[in-house]
Amino acid sequence: MDLLTPGPGLVIWQLFVFILLVLLLGKLAWKPILTSLKEREESIQQALDSAENAKKEMASLKEDNEKLLRETRDERDKILRDARTAANRIHDDAQANAKKNADRLIEDAKSIIQTEKNAALREVKEQVAMFSLDIAEKLIKKNLSDDKSQKELANTFIKDLKLN
Amino acid sequence: MPTPKKAPKIRRGIPKIRAKQFFSERIIDTFAVQLKAFVPVVMNKPFFDSKSTLLALFLIVLASAFSPVFASEGEGHEEKAPFNASEVILHHVKDDHQWHIADWLVVPLPIIVYSEEKGLDVFSSNRFYDEHHNEIEYNGYKLEHDHITLAESGKSVFDISITKNVLMLLITAALMFYVFLSVAKGAKNNYGKAPKGVQSFFEPIIIFVRDEIVKPNIGHHYERFLPYMLTLFFFILFGNLLGLLPGAGNLTGNIAVTMTLAVLTFLITNFNGKKTYWGHIFWTPGVPLPLRIVILPVEIIGMFTKPFSLMIRLFVAITAGHIVLLALICLTFIFGSYYVGFGSSIIVLFINLIELLVAGIQAYVFTMFSSMYIGMAVEEGHDH
Repeated sequence: MDLLTPGPGLVIWQLFVFILLVLLLGKLAWKPILTSLKEREESIQQALDSAENAKKEMASLKEDNEKLLRETRDERDKILRDARTAANRIHDDAQANAKKNADRLIEDAKSIIQTEKNAALREVKEQVAMFSLDIAEKLIKKNLSDDKSQKELANTFIKDLKLN
Repeated sequence: MPTPKKAPKIRRGIPKIRAKQFFSERIIDTFAVQLKAFVPVVMNKPFFDSKSTLLALFLIVLASAFSPVFASEGEGHEEKAPFNASEVILHHVKDDHQWHIADWLVVPLPIIVYSEEKGLDVFSSNRFYDEHHNEIEYNGYKLEHDHITLAESGKSVFDISITKNVLMLLITAALMFYVFLSVAKGAKNNYGKAPKGVQSFFEPIIIFVRDEIVKPNIGHHYERFLPYMLTLFFFILFGNLLGLLPGAGNLTGNIAVTMTLAVLTFLITNFNGKKTYWGHIFWTPGVPLPLRIVILPVEIIGMFTKPFSLMIRLFVAITAGHIVLLALICLTFIFGSYYVGFGSSIIVLFINLIELLVAGIQAYVFTMFSSMYIGMAVEEGHDH
């Protein structure tokens, strides 16, 4: 058997054994191995994909939460702002009303005071007149209680009359 | 239920250990045998003086290829029988009818011959030797230079003996069968789980062959060719690695083996040839008519040079590696010196490491080129 000439016996054995090996291993080894490899790769890919999806879902969930939180915060701020303005308005209104009322009351009081004053003054004037009449009556009564004084008075009147 | 499941596992473990022990013992034995053969030769020799040691080391480093020349010129004249390195090397590299592991350990192999005159005959190769290891005729058959002929007419017979390489082939096939059935079993047992043991060692290599060699070169029909390609790759790899073991046969460095593999690739290529493939060969697109007279024969020759290159490449790479290793080892016996033995052992160690690399590379290259040729054949038509 020379180095460079293929021995026919070995060729036949090689052909037979190798083809047998391809067929047997193909059926018994390569097929299950390759299937399991493929399935494993697919399952790993699936796991990675689902992890990625879960991550994305988490991110969107978080975003939603944040959005919700932000919205809520905004709403709260708005409500607060509204409340504050409403309170201010009510406060201002109340103040304005109170002032108006007070003004009106003061005005009323002033006019009442004025009328009361007038009335009082009138009464005072009447009283003073009555008092003066009384006094005058009493004075006259006293002065004319005796004849001499009556004569004197009559004399005074007569003197006055004379002058006229 | 769990107890009967566990029992066969324990039983299965024992032959594994036995096989391992047997294997390591065999390796150690063969090493020991080589050492035993090596020591007496060295011991009989006077030491070289320092000058010639330097020269010897220099020569080893320079070129092992010249070792057959040294064999005739070297200092082996004092030996009883002159040491013929090229004979030893060729004897180790070539196929044989018996398995010569060591001088005292020769395994006789069955001889199966067929001739029109005598029909089918099966007998042991021991029959060709008498008790003094001289070649004799047996039953009308004669063994001449490892070639069996009929003693009377000198006609050669059809020889399908279990030679050393056929035995290596069977061992390689059996090992592959055992290994990949275990991988398949692992794939089944660890379904949906992480791979374990031998499975996790071979699965990445299988994925490498699938994703790096077959898929990119063949294209989207690659799955049909995967069983062939995987078997091819691992057959060459296992054959190369087993061939590096001491005492093992040079299976993948045998031209009959590489030729068979190349022919299989050639057949698969051409039986799967699509319109584009044959169109390229017989009516190469974009070539002016007068040139076609030149192109056509070139293309047809190209069909055959592809498998031819596959055959030669693997054969040469493995055989050359073995020859280099053996030549370096033979230097020791040519010079018969401790120093040369030491020097060549170191170089043999590194060449062995290179051979391990070559074992993988050649398996890769053969599979890759096979995939490429098949890929060219199954390619669907595309516009130029």
